Amino acid sequence: MKKKEMVAMLLAGGQGKRLKGLTKSIAKPAVYFGGTYRIIDFPLSNCTNSGIDTVGVLTQYEPLVLSSYIGIGSDWDLNRKNGGVFVLPPHEREDGSNWYRGTADAIYRNLKFVDQFDPEHVLILSGDHIYKMNYNAMLQYHLERKADCTISVIDVPLEEASRFGILNTEEDLKIYEFEEKPSKPKSTLASMGVYIFKWDVLRRALLDDGEESHSSHDFGKDIIPSLLSKGKAMYAYPFEGYWRDVGTVASLWEANMDLLSDNPPLNLNDPSWRIFTRNPNQPAQYVAPGAKVSGSLINEGCIVRGEVKHSVLFYGVEIGEGSVITDSVIMPKVKIGKNVRIHKAIISENTVIEDYMEIGTDRENEDEILLIDNRSKKRKSVPAKTI
Amino acid sequence: MKQLLGVINLDHELDHLNELTYFRCGAAVPFASRYRLIDFVLSNMMRAELESVGLFVRRKYRSLMDHLGDGKSWDMNRKHGGLFILPPDWNDPTDTSLGDLQHFHNNLDFFKRASAKYIVHSGSQHINTIDFQELYSYHLEKGADVTLVYKKIDHLEPEHDPCLRLEVDEDGNVLNIHHEKNHPNIYMEMLIMEKELFLEQVEYCIAHGESYFFRDAIQKRRDKLKIAAYEYTGYHAVINSVASYYKNSMKLLNHDEYTDLFHDNQVQTKIKYEAPTRYLESANVSNSLVANGCIIAGTVENSVIFRGVQIRKGARVVNSVVMQKCVIEEDAVIENVILDKDVQLSRERILVGDSKRPFVIAKSSKM
Repeated sequence: MKKKEMVAMLLAGGQGKRLKGLTKSIAKPAVYFGGTYRIIDFPLSNCTNSGIDTVGVLTQYEPLVLSSYIGIGSDWDLNRKNGGVFVLPPHEREDGSNWYRGTADAIYRNLKFVDQFDPEHVLILSGDHIYKMNYNAMLQYHLERKADCTISVIDVPLEEASRFGILNTEEDLKIYEFEEKPSKPKSTLASMGVYIFKWDVLRRALLDDGEESHSSHDFGKDIIPSLLSKGKAMYAYPFEGYWRDVGTVASLWEANMDLLSDNPPLNLNDPSWRIFTRNPNQPAQYVAPGAKVSGSLINEGCIVRGEVKHSVLFYGVEIGEGSVITDSVIMPKVKIGKNVRIHKAIISENTVIEDYMEIGTDRENEDEILLIDNRSKKRKSVPAKTI
Repeated sequence: MKQLLGVINLDHELDHLNELTYFRCGAAVPFASRYRLIDFVLSNMMRAELESVGLFVRRKYRSLMDHLGDGKSWDMNRKHGGLFILPPDWNDPTDTSLGDLQHFHNNLDFFKRASAKYIVHSGSQHINTIDFQELYSYHLEKGADVTLVYKKIDHLEPEHDPCLRLEVDEDGNVLNIHHEKNHPNIYMEMLIMEKELFLEQVEYCIAHGESYFFRDAIQKRRDKLKIAAYEYTGYHAVINSVASYYKNSMKLLNHDEYTDLFHDNQVQTKIKYEAPTRYLESANVSNSLVANGCIIAGTVENSVIFRGVQIRKGARVVNSVVMQKCVIEEDAVIENVILDKDVQLSRERILVGDSKRPFVIAKSSKM
């Protein structure tokens, strides 16, 4: 194998329990987003657009959909002779078989995979964030500072800072302390879960950590604090664009809604930074006479006869006459009958909503986002509960 | 269906679509919001799992080649077989062949290397959803030398005028092939026959100084062949003029036509990684087909909008076809217009064509 400057390792093994029914049979990175994408399209497209052509995708929970979705990677231009995309599930080894015990352990168990490319640097990514980021610019920053580790950070409001891993830095952004979800945060620089390590430094740290019996084998909890304590050169890389963790039903819904303003903070129409995805190849969407569509994102293969307001429709959705959909996310191939009302809900893939159903129109808790699939369809004219 | 070899012959298709075919051949003309005419025949061939498809082109095929690539979009990028684009480049001083026979003569290797026993021959102007496997079974059942495909048209339209007609008896045999304008059985420029017989006919015609395969090998020699007719009854449109292009584009807004063409028949095309279409608060869209990647802030009525089109606030698009990446600025109005790719229409510009004779604006114009 030809030597690579940087190899990306994408952590995609998590179940994402807080996404409830959406991750019942697929891993979190395979969850749908933005009318046509899956969450993992964002880090994969960022790699392609940043010129990174070698990506290991670490899977564990329900890998089938994810690995068949990625395939040979041609949709992200990652079908390469030298490099490309590799799906890396846990595997049996001479010393036994184990599931990945943590984020760091997943990389530790794939040392041989990374070693074959003999990279200078390794980029660690997670598969549950929506953002567009040039990892190559981050690598240049990492190189300029001769850093052992560079962590991408985003400035968050102080009151939210305790939900994140917070980095405390010197003025030159050199990190002196990392606190996982601190109750009294000292700074507002939150880790985005995007790390660049010098491979030899990380390799050594992973080998040490692998031996450690009471380690949780996690980047945030173990590897980064341990490297800090050893006095390694670690810097924060400030990122200023749009970034959302879509780990909960509410945050997934909000991030979808963010796409709907007239000037959305995340531009999906930028030809210089396309988000690639597996194309379902559907005919053009049909908006019938009498239909009304506004403030919405609608994919091909949809047939709209009713009213769609401030909502996201994935491919192959049909909406019957007289139906009104507001503030909702409708996933692929959902069939919605006539005179249906849906407000502030996520309807999961392949769900059929019968005529005259009302979902979320009479809710007690305005903040709650209803998640509906075929199992919850029998509720008529009553707010269906989140499942 | 490894028994079948596809031949798409664009040789005799005239580029009659004015501005739309200035820079491209008819087969490469964009149609139905996100496709090109060639996609329909290729997708039919893909669904029937043909071993190989040879595409005979002669003129203005650059954009067609760009669209087709290695055939991956139609699952035709194969180790053995797949898609072959066969341009007319050949310099054999002893070659006496003419017309489309020249193509076949110059590419005998393509036919001989294929293991398929039968060839399916088609053009690109008749948009349809034929099942080639069914045609193949019918051909075998009839024990015919050649089976020709036709569509019985209830209401003949001007675009049917150039089409040949088949006179068919009750048993489905072809009695005559002619040009009588009032006859309803339109020959769809599709046939199936054994490869050996096809090559024999090609040789015979070349030896006799002929130049056009269908006319000289089939039509003129119909007494020497057992010719069967297969009646196709699904979606059918002939695109051979601006008027027929426009009319059939508008017809797709009728939901039955849309369903006939697309339901159960996945039509493949070159993949573009466009975001879903964004309708702004001010958007007002009805009875229209819209592809992905558009940003719509204005009004769209009875129109076909291709990928990546931007229609700004206050703009009105009525009874029109707007191709890829056009930008229609604030308060501009178009009605009965076909805009080719990349057209930019400046603010408050008004273009109104006639519903019988739509205005066609050439590719990349700035108005």
